[in-house]
Amino acid sequence: MSGRTDKVLTPEEVVGQLRSGMTIGIGGWGSRRKPMALVRALLRSEITDLTVISYGGPDVGLLAAAGRIRRLVAPFATLDSIPLEPHFRAARERAAFTLTEYDEAMFMWGLHAAANRLPFLPVRAGLGSDVMRVNPELRTVASPYDDGEELVAVPALRMDAALVHLNRADRLGNAQYLGPDPYFDDLFCEAADTAYVSCEQLVETAELTKAGPPQSLLVSRHSVTGVVETPNGAHFTSCVPDYDRDEAFQKLYAATPWNEFADRFLSGGGEHDYQLAVRTWHEEQQ
Amino acid sequence: MTTTGTEATTAPRTVSRAEYCVIACAEAWRGNGEVLASPMGLIPAFGARLAKRTFAPDLLLTDGEAMLVGLDGTAEGWLPYRRHLTMVTGGRRHVMMGASQIDRFGNQNISCIGDWERPARQLLGVRGAPVNTLNNPVSYWVPKHSTRVFVARVDMVSGVGYDRAEAAGVTRFHRLPRVVSDLGVLDFGGPGHAMRLVSVHPGVTVAEVRAATGFELTAAEEVPYTREPTAEELRLIREVIDPKGLRDREVRV
Repeated sequence: MSGRTDKVLTPEEVVGQLRSGMTIGIGGWGSRRKPMALVRALLRSEITDLTVISYGGPDVGLLAAAGRIRRLVAPFATLDSIPLEPHFRAARERAAFTLTEYDEAMFMWGLHAAANRLPFLPVRAGLGSDVMRVNPELRTVASPYDDGEELVAVPALRMDAALVHLNRADRLGNAQYLGPDPYFDDLFCEAADTAYVSCEQLVETAELTKAGPPQSLLVSRHSVTGVVETPNGAHFTSCVPDYDRDEAFQKLYAATPWNEFADRFLSGGGEHDYQLAVRTWHEEQQ
Repeated sequence: MTTTGTEATTAPRTVSRAEYCVIACAEAWRGNGEVLASPMGLIPAFGARLAKRTFAPDLLLTDGEAMLVGLDGTAEGWLPYRRHLTMVTGGRRHVMMGASQIDRFGNQNISCIGDWERPARQLLGVRGAPVNTLNNPVSYWVPKHSTRVFVARVDMVSGVGYDRAEAAGVTRFHRLPRVVSDLGVLDFGGPGHAMRLVSVHPGVTVAEVRAATGFELTAAEEVPYTREPTAEELRLIREVIDPKGLRDREVRV
């Protein structure tokens, strides 16, 4: 390897580098390309008291249901084909965590600010809405130019660690998306002090540009701390073109009491046990 | 019983309430030019497609994911979420959003019902409503017009209404063209940009709309009916755009 860093880790090793109280960013969008294998590894650990930054999906639902979130920074939480995330809702309705509710664009510019090491970025969003009321720490900034427009100064969403899931990666941390939408995974990695990329398939570097055009190389190794190969690791969210969302399983997730779901699918010792439990459940549905 | 020739040879042309709603939604995009029509909900989606097929051919549509597509699904552009947000702030978009609550001046809520600190019902979160309303035209679609949705005061202002936009000094690109419900069409042409009843769908009375609205509703003395679809529009809705009749699931009358 001539001194180049092999960053391959297991999900357990990733979680071993995280601590309670950390601020963790989670990539993907809603119920799409979420690093679910890493979230499941988090759930198997004792780590808690997290600040989670996410365009929320079942990552938020699972961590909220398990009581791991102290503060959530998000513009929404949804399962997409099921509009309302039931475990997120339940946790909010019992005031289980503090919410910093942002608009989708405010959130994006917070990621950009963090990735660019800026304290904030100005946005035309939030003013006039109750986002300003419920997040009273938000400041505004006046344009220094002739227009003088007042804008919201979205603070940088800097994080201790980012977790993202992509289709392919090499052992150095270069990672590639093969679906139509990059979401904001590159920004999450660049906005974090450490970033962990799980992928469907670990490949040789030379394979990356054979699988897709250069612009599909979304995440570069300089912003990546560790790489994990977790086939089907976004399950039950989508990871196109490798697989679509597992709608049947997502319905089960949304309809099953948390303890029952956790007992059956999350109580095993590793990701392999989860995948096996899912396969068994699908076979039962035949 | 006397019949004319046309009545005898034409199948009963009863327009359903859902079809009036599709027409009313389509009209939101009339004259918009080359902008992205972002419909949320089935009826607005049918409306956007009807508009593009008829009087607004330059509209851009998405496949609901990351592509800009033509009516036949042909991809013509790339619009992942980050670029979609640029389209919002660039203003070349007219979205028709849903509303769990909306008030007299168009403040909209999709975040939660009750106290935000500990909501009685957590909904979606504010999503893109704050950025949408400050940057590109935002219309609303309410499939079930009731005093639960049309309220005196929303619990959490997600989309910004006229009074709040004025108070915050963010009127520069703020525009709420219309609200379409299963009962009629409303705009903000009342005093001080208050909501005003513009038309009722055939079969609906002004009194019915007032009774289903939780605040004082401005209306002209004579409120017209929502316009009839043309024969060609009706054919497009029934045979091309929604042959399975899904529209009648969203609006049943």
